[in-house]
Amino acid sequence: MIAIIDYNVGNVKSLQFALERLGVKSILTNDYGLIKKSEKVIFPGQGAASTAMDKLKEVGLDKLIPNLKQPVLGICLGMQLLCDNTEEGDVDGLGIIKCNVIKFSDKLKVPQMGWNKVKKLRTRLFNKINEGDYMYLVHSYFVPTINETIGQSEYGLTYSVAVQKENFFGVQFHPEKSSSAGSQLLKNFLEL
Amino acid sequence: MLTKRIIPCLDIKDGRTVKGVNFINLRDAGDPVELATKYAYQNADELVFLDISATEQKRKTLAELVLRIAAAIDIPFTVGGGISSIEDVSVLLKNGADKVSINSAAVKRPNLINEVATRFGNQCLVVAIDAKQINNDWKIHLVGGKEATKIDLFEWAREVENRGAGEILFTSMDHDGTKNGFANKALAKLSETVNIPIIASGGAGTIEHFTEVFKIGNADAALAASIFHYDEIDLFNLKKQLKTQHIAVRI
Repeated sequence: MIAIIDYNVGNVKSLQFALERLGVKSILTNDYGLIKKSEKVIFPGQGAASTAMDKLKEVGLDKLIPNLKQPVLGICLGMQLLCDNTEEGDVDGLGIIKCNVIKFSDKLKVPQMGWNKVKKLRTRLFNKINEGDYMYLVHSYFVPTINETIGQSEYGLTYSVAVQKENFFGVQFHPEKSSSAGSQLLKNFLEL
Repeated sequence: MLTKRIIPCLDIKDGRTVKGVNFINLRDAGDPVELATKYAYQNADELVFLDISATEQKRKTLAELVLRIAAAIDIPFTVGGGISSIEDVSVLLKNGADKVSINSAAVKRPNLINEVATRFGNQCLVVAIDAKQINNDWKIHLVGGKEATKIDLFEWAREVENRGAGEILFTSMDHDGTKNGFANKALAKLSETVNIPIIASGGAGTIEHFTEVFKIGNADAALAASIFHYDEIDLFNLKKQLKTQHIAVRI
C-alpha cells in the first residue's frame, strides 16, 4: 500500500489520480500506524513552509517521518522540508538532509513557474528518463547542489532538482504534473 | 533553462467549452475534458479553464468538471470564473486544480488575494486582469470586461504582487478576439513593473504573434483559445516554429 501523508496542504488529488493511472491505489492519511506499515510513503507539500511544519507537528508526523525505513518521496515543499532549515520564514525542517533551503535571487522572476530541463540524473529513480527531459516546477526557494544531489536544473544558477539520502528521496518538480516523464518517475519510485 | 509556456484557454459554460469574440456571441467548441486531453497530448504546457456560466448550480458543476479534468490530464491547470471566497478556492484545489484565477473579486476585495496566498500559497494564485487602453492609460475592467474602473493596470499589478499573487494573467480587451497580435508594449512594461510571471492573453492569430509576445512583450507564457479550438494553429507546429526562432519551449 502507498501512503500519501495528509497534512492538509494543497492539491494531492492530482497525485492520487497520477498513481491511479499507473494502476496503483493510494491512501491519504495522517495515521501514524498506517504510514509506518505502508510499503512506500509520499510526502507532498505546497504553500508556506511554516504552516506545513506546524501541521506536521500537530499530529506528531515531524517525529515519525525521519524514522521511516521504507522508500519516502518528498515532492516540492515536501523535498525542502527534508532539509535542516529553509530561508522561507527561517523554519526548521525535518533535518534528514543536511543543508539549508535558499531563496532565488530577486533578479529572477519568482516563483520559477513552468517546465525546465533536468540533468545529471542519478539513481534508479530516473530510470528511462532522459537527460534534458522537462519537468514542471513551481517554487521560490531551492536546495543547492550537495552530496545528496541526484538531479540538477538551472534557474539563474544550478540547483538540486532531486536529492536522495538512504531511503529518502526528494524531487523539486511535480511528477504528477510532468506528463510522461513525471509518470515514469512515479513508476520508478513505486518499483524501488 | 525555464521554457516559455503555451496555454490553451477553455471558456466553460454549463460544463461545455464555448468561444466568442470580445466576450459575446458564444459558440459551442466541444467537451472540455476531451479538448483538454487533446491539448495535453499535443504538448500544451498548461491549461486554463474559465467558467463564464451564471447559473445557481455553477459551483457544483464546475467542481465536478475539475475532478474529471484532474483525473484525465497530467499537466497543470488553472480554474477561474466567479471565484470570490476562500471556500470556492478550497473546493477547486481539493478537486485537483493546481491554481485558481481570481479577477473581479480581487478588485472588489483585494484582501482576498492575501487570504488565498496565506492559506494555500502564492504558487496556486493567478490574478487575472482585464484592461483596456483609454486615452493612453490602461484601465482595468470588471465582470468579463463590462464594467470600467479608474484603476491603473500597472499600479494594480504591483499591488497584487505585493499582496501575494503568484502570477498575473493579463488580457488586453483591445486585442482580445482580434487576432492582430498581443499587447506587447503593455506586456513588456508589466514585466518591468513586477517580478512575478506574466501570462499574455488576447490577440493571438498567427505563429508570429507568439514569437513577438515572447521576444518583444517579454511574456513568460502566452494564452489563446479559438486558434487552438478551431485548429487554426497546431500546437506541435507552433512550438517547432518558436524553437527555430530560438525561443525556449518544451517539445
